[in-house]
Formats: sequence, C-alpha cells, structure tokens
Amino acid sequence: MSSTTSAATSIELKWELPQRGHVGMLSLIAAELAIFTIFVVAYLFYIGKSLTGPFPKDVLELPIFATICLLSSSATIHFAVKALQNGKVRAFGTWWFATMALGFIFLVETGREWHHLIYEKGLTISTNLFGTTYYSLVGLHAFHVTVGLICLGITMILTLLGKVKQSHSDRVDVFSLYWHFVDVVWIVVFTVVYVIGR
Amino acid sequence: MSKPLRIFGFLFSSLFPVQTVFGNQADSSQIPNMFKPVSTPAHSIFHLSLFVLAICGLIFAVVFSLLVYSIVKFRRRAGDDGREPPPIYGSNQVELAWTVIPVLIVLVLFLATARVIHAIQSAGKPAEAIEVVAIGHQFWWEFRYPGLGVVTANELHVPVSDPAHPTPTFITLLSADTDHSFWIPQLAGKTDLIPNRVNHTWIDPNETGMFVGQCAQYCGTQHAKMLLRVYVDSPDQFKQWVLAQTQAAQISDAVNEGRHVFETTACINCHAISGTVADGRFGPDLTHLMSRETIASGAATNTHENLQLWIQNPDAIKPGSLMPAMKLSERDLAAVTAYLETLR
Amino acid sequence: MASESIALATVQEVPRPIGSVLHDWVVTVDHKKLGILYILYALVFLVIGGIEATIMRIQLIVPHNNFVSPQVFNRMFTMHGTTMIFFVAMPILFGFGNYLIPLMIGARDMAFPRLNAWSFWLTAFGGLLLYFSFVGANGLYGAGNAPDVGWFAYAPLTSNAFSVGHSTDFWTLGLLVSGFGSIGTAINILTTIVCMRCPGITLGKMPLLVWLNLVMAAMVLLAISPLTAAQMMLSLDRFLGAHFFDTQAGGSAVMWMHFFWIFGHPEVYVLVIPAFAFASEIIPVFSRKPIFGYPVMVAATIAIGFVGFSVWAHHMFTVGMNPYANSFFTITTMVIGVPTGIKIFNWIGTMWGGKIRFATPMLFCIAFLFQFLIAGLTGIMLAASPFDWQLGNSYFVVAHFHYVIVGAILFTLFGAFYYWFPKMSGRMYNESLGKLHFWLFLIGFHLTFDSMHIPGLLGMPRRIYTYEPGRGWDFWNLICTIGVFFQILGTAVFVGNLLWSLFKGKAAGNDPWDAWTLEWSTSSPPVEYNFAQIPVVRSRRPLWDIKHPEDPDWKYE
Repeated sequence: MSSTTSAATSIELKWELPQRGHVGMLSLIAAELAIFTIFVVAYLFYIGKSLTGPFPKDVLELPIFATICLLSSSATIHFAVKALQNGKVRAFGTWWFATMALGFIFLVETGREWHHLIYEKGLTISTNLFGTTYYSLVGLHAFHVTVGLICLGITMILTLLGKVKQSHSDRVDVFSLYWHFVDVVWIVVFTVVYVIGR
Repeated sequence: MSKPLRIFGFLFSSLFPVQTVFGNQADSSQIPNMFKPVSTPAHSIFHLSLFVLAICGLIFAVVFSLLVYSIVKFRRRAGDDGREPPPIYGSNQVELAWTVIPVLIVLVLFLATARVIHAIQSAGKPAEAIEVVAIGHQFWWEFRYPGLGVVTANELHVPVSDPAHPTPTFITLLSADTDHSFWIPQLAGKTDLIPNRVNHTWIDPNETGMFVGQCAQYCGTQHAKMLLRVYVDSPDQFKQWVLAQTQAAQISDAVNEGRHVFETTACINCHAISGTVADGRFGPDLTHLMSRETIASGAATNTHENLQLWIQNPDAIKPGSLMPAMKLSERDLAAVTAYLETLR
Repeated sequence: MASESIALATVQEVPRPIGSVLHDWVVTVDHKKLGILYILYALVFLVIGGIEATIMRIQLIVPHNNFVSPQVFNRMFTMHGTTMIFFVAMPILFGFGNYLIPLMIGARDMAFPRLNAWSFWLTAFGGLLLYFSFVGANGLYGAGNAPDVGWFAYAPLTSNAFSVGHSTDFWTLGLLVSGFGSIGTAINILTTIVCMRCPGITLGKMPLLVWLNLVMAAMVLLAISPLTAAQMMLSLDRFLGAHFFDTQAGGSAVMWMHFFWIFGHPEVYVLVIPAFAFASEIIPVFSRKPIFGYPVMVAATIAIGFVGFSVWAHHMFTVGMNPYANSFFTITTMVIGVPTGIKIFNWIGTMWGGKIRFATPMLFCIAFLFQFLIAGLTGIMLAASPFDWQLGNSYFVVAHFHYVIVGAILFTLFGAFYYWFPKMSGRMYNESLGKLHFWLFLIGFHLTFDSMHIPGLLGMPRRIYTYEPGRGWDFWNLICTIGVFFQILGTAVFVGNLLWSLFKGKAAGNDPWDAWTLEWSTSSPPVEYNFAQIPVVRSRRPLWDIKHPEDPDWKYE
C-alpha cells in the first residue's frame, strides 16, 4: 500500500468525480422516465380504440391555466436554488413558497378537472379504454407532483424554522432536478393527452 | 437440398427413434416429431433447422476444441517453477478476426431465416383451400368450416394435399377466453390464439394419417390436456366426413328417455346438438360426438365407460376442466349416455 | 502494506450477547453486512425454489403421474420461476455487488448506505409477501393459493375473470415492492461507481466486475420500470376495473407481452452480466494472466446492454407479428450473439499461455465456459424465428434458459462463493468438499438439462403437469428427474462445506489466491471502514504492481 502511495504522490492527480446527489437523482429520474414511457405508449396505442364513449374530444378541455402554473414553478424553483447558492435565505424562502403554491394550484386544477369528468361527464377509470389510460397517466403524474409537494413542504417548514443554510444549496439543487423532471413529464403528458389524443 | 445436409438430416433425425426402444408402445406417428414433416411449412422449418444446427454444430466443434486445448495445454504442470507467465493484455488483430467472422455467420443465418419467414407467412391462399376457423377455449378446440357448414371439436379433419394440385387448409385462429397455441409439429410451427386478435396459419399435408399435437401456451389448470389431433383424409374420405358432419343429429326413439334428460338439464346451456333445442356454445358441439375417437379434448378415448365417467365425475379424467359434475341419478346417467352414443 | 488493517483485526473481541449481534445486523447500513444479508436471503430461497422444482420433476418422472394435482403443479412452476429470478438471482447478485464494489474501488461504503438498507429490506419484504400467498389469498376456491399464472403472468389469464381470489395480486404486489428495492440498489451501485472511486481508478482502470455491474445497474433502471408500470396497470385492472389488458373491452393481451418482455429480456442480461463479472475476475487469477482484451470486454458488455433492449419480441415470435417484425427481432437476437461470443473468446485468450490452477472456483468457471457456449448456441437456434415456431414454448426453451441460468449463472456464482468466501469469513473452505460439490453438481446438471432438450425437439410443450405416454418423451423425462438428485446432493455438500468452514476452516489471510484487485489488500474479513487510508492506484491490477514493482502493469496498459 505504502509503495503505491509513494509512487503516486509523485504524480499530480486531480481527482474530481461527479456529485453523488446529482448522479443518484438522475438515475432515479431515468427509471421514472421509463415507467412514464410505458404509460404513454399504452395511451398512444389505445387512442381511438375505446368501444364506447365518452371520447376525448367530447370531454377534454385544454388545462392552460394549470400548465402555466406548473411550468412557471420550474422557473421559481430555479430562482430559489440560485438564491440559496448565493446565501440569500429569505429570497430562497420566498421563491420556494411560490413554487409550492404554483404546484398546489396545479393539483387543485387537476382535481377540479377530474371532478368534472367523473360527475358531469361520467368518465371513470373503468368506463372505457380512454378512461383507463387517461386517469392512469394523468394520475401517475399528479402522484409525482404530490410527492414533490410533500418534499417542498418539509423543506419549507425547515426554512421557516431557520434550519436551512447556504451549505444546503446542493441538496435543494438535487431536489430541483426532480421538480424539473415532473414538469418535463407534464409537457409530454399534455401533448399526448390534450393535443395528439383529442 | 444439398447432399451433405441430407446426410446430416438423416443422421440427426435417426437419433430420435432411439428412445422408442426405451419408451412405451407407440407407433411413431404418435411422436410429434418436427424432424418428420409432412406439410410445407413444417418442411421449410425442417430444412432451415438443419442448416442452423449444422452451423451451430460447427461453431461448437471449433470453440469446444479451443477450450479443451487451452485447459489441457496451459495447465500448471507438476514441476512448475512458480514464475508468472508473460502477461498478454490483448491483440487487435485477433479481436477483429473473431468479430468479423461471427458477423458474417450472423448475416448468412439471417438471410436464410428471412427467406423462410416470408415463404411461410406471406403464402397466398389458393381458391381450392379449405377454410377452417379454430377457436380456442379453456380447455378444448372448436373447429368451424364456414364454407362447408361444419362445426366440430378437438379433432380436425383436413384433406390430403397433392403438391401438383394443392388443397391446403387455411386456419383462422381466434380465442374465446385466454391465450392458447395451435401446435402440431409435423404440420407447421405453432401460432397463438389470442382473444381480441385474429391470427392465421396454414397446412398442406401430403400424407394421410393422424398427427398429434397439443395447446402450447399456458391457458389455465388443464392446459396439459388440451390435446390436438389432425386427421389427414384422402379426398374421398374427407368428402364423406363432411357429408356426415353436415347432417342434423340422428333421432332414435330408443333413446327418448336420454334425450329428455339431456334437454331438460343444464347440458343444453353449454352444448349444442343441431336440430334440437340444445344450442349452447360454451362447450363442444355434440351433434356428431360418436364420430370422434376421443373425448375431453383427447384426455380420454371415446368409450362407454369414459363417457359415463366424464359426465358424472369429470375431475377423474381432467381435474379443473370446466365441465361440471352433473350429479345425475344412475338411471338418468345410463339414459343420457345411451342417447349420446347415438349421435354419430 | 496492509499492516494497519491486520493490526486492528487482532484486537481481542469480547463476545457480545446474541441480541446485540442480531440488532447490529438488522439496523446495519454497512455494505458488507447488507451484501451478506442479500446472499443469505437468496440462499434460503434457492433451497425453497429447488424444492418447488423437485416437486415438479417428481410429478413429471413418468407420464400420467399423480404426485401432485394440476392446481399444485401450476403453482409450483409459477412460484419456482418467480422465486428463482426475483428472490434468488437478483438478490444474490446485488449481494455480491454490494459487498465487492466499494472494496474494489477503494471506497468505504456505497454512495447511499441508508438507501442500501432500505432496498434490501424492501426486497426481502416483497419475497415474504409473495410467499404469504401460500397461506393467505382466500379466493372462491378455498384458503391459501399461491399464484398459478406462470412467472410471466400473461393477460388475460391474470384478469379477475380467469384468476379469482388474490393469488395473482400477491404475485403483482410482491414483485412491485421488491422492484422498488431493485431500483434503489441500482441507483446506489451506479452512483457508487461513478462518484466514489479512489484516486487513480479511472473508468479505464476499474476491475471488470465493477464495469459490468455499472452496465447491469443502468439496465436495471431501464428494465425493471416497464415491469413496474405493467404491474401497476394490471393492479388497476384487477382492483379498479381498468381495461388495460381487458380483451372484452378492446384491450390487448399482446400489449402485456410487449411490456413484460421489454422488462424480461434485459432482465436476463441483468442476471448474466454479473456472472460474466465473476468469471472475468476468477479466470485471470487462476490462469495467472490479466484478462485478455479489457477494452473489448468493456465495449462488448456495453453493446450487450444496448442491443439487449432491442430483442424482446423474440419471446413473441408465435403471436402472429408480421414478417418484418419477426425478421427484425431475428436479426437483433442473432446480432447480440456477436459481443457475447467475443467475450467467450476473450476468456479463452486469458487462459491461453497461462498456468491454470484448477481450484474449485476455477473448475466452476471452466464448466461455465462450456455450458455458456452451448446455451448461446441454443439461443441462436431459437433466434431463427421459424425454428422458434417449433421450439418456442417447449421444453427446448426451458432447457436453453436453464442452461444459462444454472449452467452459466449458478456455476459462476458457486465459483464466486468459493473465491470470496475466504475474504468474507476469514476462513478457507474445504477444497476436497468443494471439488466433490463440483462433480456432483456437474453430473446432475448435465443429466437434467442435456436430456431436457430432447422432449422439446419432439413436441413437448412447457407448463404441463403431465403428458401422454408414447410420444417419445418418457425416457428423457426420467433421466431429467434423476439428475435433480445429484444436484440436491451437490448443493447439500456446498452448504455443509460453507457452514463447517465458517467455524473450523483454517485462517485465510488477506490474499489466499495471490490475486490483484483491491479487496485482497484488506483483512479477511475487512474492517468495517474497509481502508484505513484511501488507496491510490495506477493500473487495473494494483496488487500486481505492489508485488512486482520491477514490472508494474501501468507501464503496459
């Protein structure tokens, strides 16, 4: 061991490897993308194959407001991370809260849409192939938003308790990767469900 | 086919009769042997398989020899001096060689295979083809001949096909419940029957005889006894068979009691007998039950005892099949069996 | 050299109460302990899965046998396959990876130790959930049925209509849960290898075992997820009345097959690549030469990883795809034989010109080479789709994949056991018993799986609880069953040897094999923190450099 070390100290070794948190989160995102891909494939395959109605064009309306909220939350979380990296904890808290609020609005809008579809249009997961694929894909995404909101919430509480510092900026950056992923998936889901599938 | 391949084929297929020495009775037509094809798709596959086996055999011989040589020649000897052998880290030329050669082998294999895929799957259907619709059920086969007006079960009759004037049988494959697979190795490769999907296969047997197979996709408890028989008839035999199958059910006063039992119990919910009130489609059509050599999709021979046993206690023959134990009285059982035995 | 680690290991250990020891193991986040937990868990299920197989083989020893009912037999093949893949092969390979990777890259633990523990316990729970089905799962047909839908659970057999009760749900949920555990471990392995290598271990200097586990982990991330998605869909069908695979509502049974095999085929590469990894560590050491063609071995593995995602529908050649689809999957399946074959040649190249020592680990790896060659060739036969139209879903396929899973994977696993047991336990196993295990198991393996090809060629489908006499299958089924008992004996010798050696084996020392990778520089077993000082390396064989300072590898690599 010592001979290797002494031989090595005579060589200048710059040894920098990627950060664990980022690599780990990106790996998780890769796996999650694979899951979503399968649900998207099922959705695309079953377009037009429902034997009975209601059909997408009859009941789906573009969720513009919800989409704007969710996509803006990617911007707000980006600003939040930047603020914490520069040590501005108050600014971080504000942007973080904005992200939470926008994400929460998105979920509320989704809930309202589902309420409308179930009670006014009679579309449930067991109604037909459209219902099955719609609720599962949008639902899977909404589940991921919910998990993100819980993490956002815990961080918010810790921030309010004064426990979040500039040294934690790496961790919030890792979390923001997850949040951006949720947004990217929404862009795909939106395109597949409300544009292609309608 | 080339001479070396024929010799190889002969040697290879003669490996198999060996086991009949140890196995039981059985004339060899009961062996579903893909290496004794009697129909064009099976023939094409047989030739391809010999080619593939020959190439794989060659590869095996070469690599096996290299392996044996290396472990023998390069083993540590008894009086070894303990010095490490020269470390060789690799060789680009060698790596190139053993990349290029396999790629070429793959190319050749693929081209040979693609030809056969297209030959079998894109075969045109001549006007004289017999059309059959096969519907898979848990755990029996329904066969309908739409052009001929025949409905039967489990035992498929087809005419022999003369290569000069082919009369192949084209089979449409459907399923009433779960996945099944239609497989008679001497006639063709297997094709699955999948609900909500239409599949096709075809056979043109050039020899008369009876060929066996069975369901080849796990479909539930009694998948193992969803057996298949294909009877390849001479043109005359086939015409007679069709004629007999298209008659309405025989009516005989001697079995009135049995017919009455049949028509007033649950039998008619599942079974059909043409010309009577029985028109259930869940189980096999019984109009010409006695024209079949087996019952319960090949699980038992069609004898008096087996017929009674099947009706009274199907689990004794095929436990888990969907035929319910009818729980008839002794008298009713005898009567209904006698009735069924008139359905030729 | 490693004097610091040795000094610490000779400190007197006061015997602790058993409760404290058990508590340690339950709450551990140490990769070595978790690795051993994975391995022990898998060994228990190996025995259970083996019992399930034995029951099947006894039922099939003669035609029309009555050893078990069809219902029981169908549960046996379902549970045997599911157990062996998810609760034996995957955990044991994760276990070895967990144990060895940090040691081989000079790290003190995995990247996420708590995630590591979470993943193990989740996987373990999944297995228990699956096995609870034997006692739970009330359906209409009485209490206690394990799933009987086959390990690939084709739709619509798995729908509520055809699978009443909850047996299928135990399959789905048990695997769903353990699937999350697998993804957790894969994230951990990937992140550890990318982020925690000690100075000097560039990607081009990692031991092949580490490289291959990297590829395997990446594949797990992308392959398990389709299964997870499909199982979520199946559960939605069964619990909420969704119609993903409901053919009566227009759903597609074939879609389940696509999703399952998009998981299922890469999964078998996930299983075999770590087996290649063991061979790639053991064969060089016992041939006394470095691995031949290291860069090509890495490239071939990456190629297998990519191409492995393009071959899945060769499991579906008989479902009636059009000729172009069949041709596509034929060629991709044949193409993947090329990098696989290259690896075999490179192993031969490693032995070539060496001085082969036939210790037990090497015996198993040599058998692996012969057997994997045959398995690969029967795979090429199956790749030719028209040939597969005859051989598919028959005992030929069963023989082929057991040749891979037992003949290649289990054999290299046995080799790995014997090779690293001294490191993990500090003791040497008994070499004569090891060789006895090898010969018994070899004979049993060949009796069973060589003969199994023949009924397949003669038309015997798989998953049948009995068969007709006189089809030419009887004799071969008999031989096949006889082989099982040799394998049981061999396995018993193996377990006995390990247990006995654990207590009575002679001290192994750090490096009983005169090997070259970093794990052999630690004590046996290693101290909890692995390395007192993080090592710095300059070549692929750091210990060779130390032992041969006049002729170090880094001059030539």
